[in-house]
Amino acid sequence: MIVLENVSKSYSTGAPALNGVSLHINEGEFVFIVGNSGSGKSTLIKLLLKELEPTEGQILVNNKLLNKMKRKQIPKYRRQIGVVFQDFRLLKDRNVYENIAFAQRVIEKPSKTIRRQVPMMLSMVGLAEKYKSFPRELSGGEQQRVALARALVNNPSILLADEPTGNLDPKNSWEIMKLLEEVNEKGTTVLVVTHNREIVNAMKKRVITMNRGVIVSDEEEGGYLYED
Amino acid sequence: MRISTITYTLRQGLKNIRRNKMFSLASIATMAACIFIFGLFFSVILNFHGIVKSAEAGVGVTVFFDEGLSEEQIKEIGSTIEKRAEVSRLVYVSAEEAWQNFKEEYFKDAGDLAEGFAEDNPLANSANYEVYLNDVSMQQSLVTYLQSIEGIRQVNKSEVAANTLSGFNMLIGYISAAIIAILLAVSVFLISNTVTIGIAVRKEEIKIMKLIGATDFFVKAPFIVEGVLIGLVGSALPLVALYYLYNNVIGFIVDRFDMLTGFVTFIPVNQIFAILIPLSLALGVGIGFIGSFSTIRKHLKV
Repeated sequence: MIVLENVSKSYSTGAPALNGVSLHINEGEFVFIVGNSGSGKSTLIKLLLKELEPTEGQILVNNKLLNKMKRKQIPKYRRQIGVVFQDFRLLKDRNVYENIAFAQRVIEKPSKTIRRQVPMMLSMVGLAEKYKSFPRELSGGEQQRVALARALVNNPSILLADEPTGNLDPKNSWEIMKLLEEVNEKGTTVLVVTHNREIVNAMKKRVITMNRGVIVSDEEEGGYLYED
Repeated sequence: MRISTITYTLRQGLKNIRRNKMFSLASIATMAACIFIFGLFFSVILNFHGIVKSAEAGVGVTVFFDEGLSEEQIKEIGSTIEKRAEVSRLVYVSAEEAWQNFKEEYFKDAGDLAEGFAEDNPLANSANYEVYLNDVSMQQSLVTYLQSIEGIRQVNKSEVAANTLSGFNMLIGYISAAIIAILLAVSVFLISNTVTIGIAVRKEEIKIMKLIGATDFFVKAPFIVEGVLIGLVGSALPLVALYYLYNNVIGFIVDRFDMLTGFVTFIPVNQIFAILIPLSLALGVGIGFIGSFSTIRKHLKV
């Protein structure tokens, strides 16, 4: 569960990136967050990852108040959240298997668990054959699937996807979206920040539209409001 | 902590070193040079210290007594002097012995010339204590103390010898401390640079690790391992070199300058290395740790 209460975030220069945003996302929901660049979507993701602190307001994730969280607790908190980026952010000097195993090494999972779970994730995203390939040998869609496998391997309760299809062609975009939907059906809360009008309109999910740091609409089975 | 985490951290540390080979090699080389020079100075100082100590042991104070002091009183004075901490040993020279020594030194072959004094010891009042010190620099305070004792007529000392020896000892100590301090600073600086570059190269990876939920320790440990390994290798290499060098140089000196061996004894290599090995390794590891730890604190805001 994600709850934002009157959250604002200002940087030292310019208008606030978020301005009094209140929001409630239930466990197991699938939510699109749309809006022009500069609308505050990325700031929202960063606040949820506790990369940034809000200037005002409170953020509650899985019943934990982020504002009061101590530095030492941040790693444990982040382990409940999977994250996928537009630019994939894979480790270029490691192969597919190692990239996914990395996420488990980092949180000190036993080697036995790693050897069991990584192949499982790979077959889930359809890359079982390519476990030895390096990121540069993969297409954009394949790289994003590796990133998704890495985000999911630790079984997070929330998945944040920041423009996951931004660098992909329509076919690959749809494949990623279908994977996200599958993940959601298994119970993970999924938050997708996107510009992809076609997908948003077709998937009939909850759509939160942001503009200049405020939520301008929040609809169940919503559509893409803005012109790009 | 899991064993797999430990091996992972060690592997990553090694990988860091391999990834920026040139800087790692430069750091190891500087560290090796530092430890080499440190070891060199250490061996020289230790040997020199040994020589000075044995020279110091020969520097003493001579104490003469008031006329007509009885044996008992002299013994009593001796036992009070012996109680002083700075006194290493006390030798009593009776008037007869003093005369005997004098005769041997001055009349040598013409022993019969001294016969004239046979029944009348010219050094009748020269019974004395030779007082030897643990630490030559304490000589002045001892002399002041001795002069205050009742029954002591005169105290002879060799101030020049004492001052020269303790001064020389200190000078060597200061110079070596200064050189070692400079070298250590250079080592810390180079290791810090190596780690800084390692952090810069892995910025993306560190960011990903943090987002996935790695603890601070997990992110930092490989860099510490990198610094410590550089320190360890950098201090182990020169120790091997020093070991062979020391034996050869001592052998060479003893061979070529055999007249030295009479009054100079070198400390055996094993005795020196019993201290030098743990000291150098600790120094190397310590510098590696400090260099990498301080850099991480500065450049790695996790």
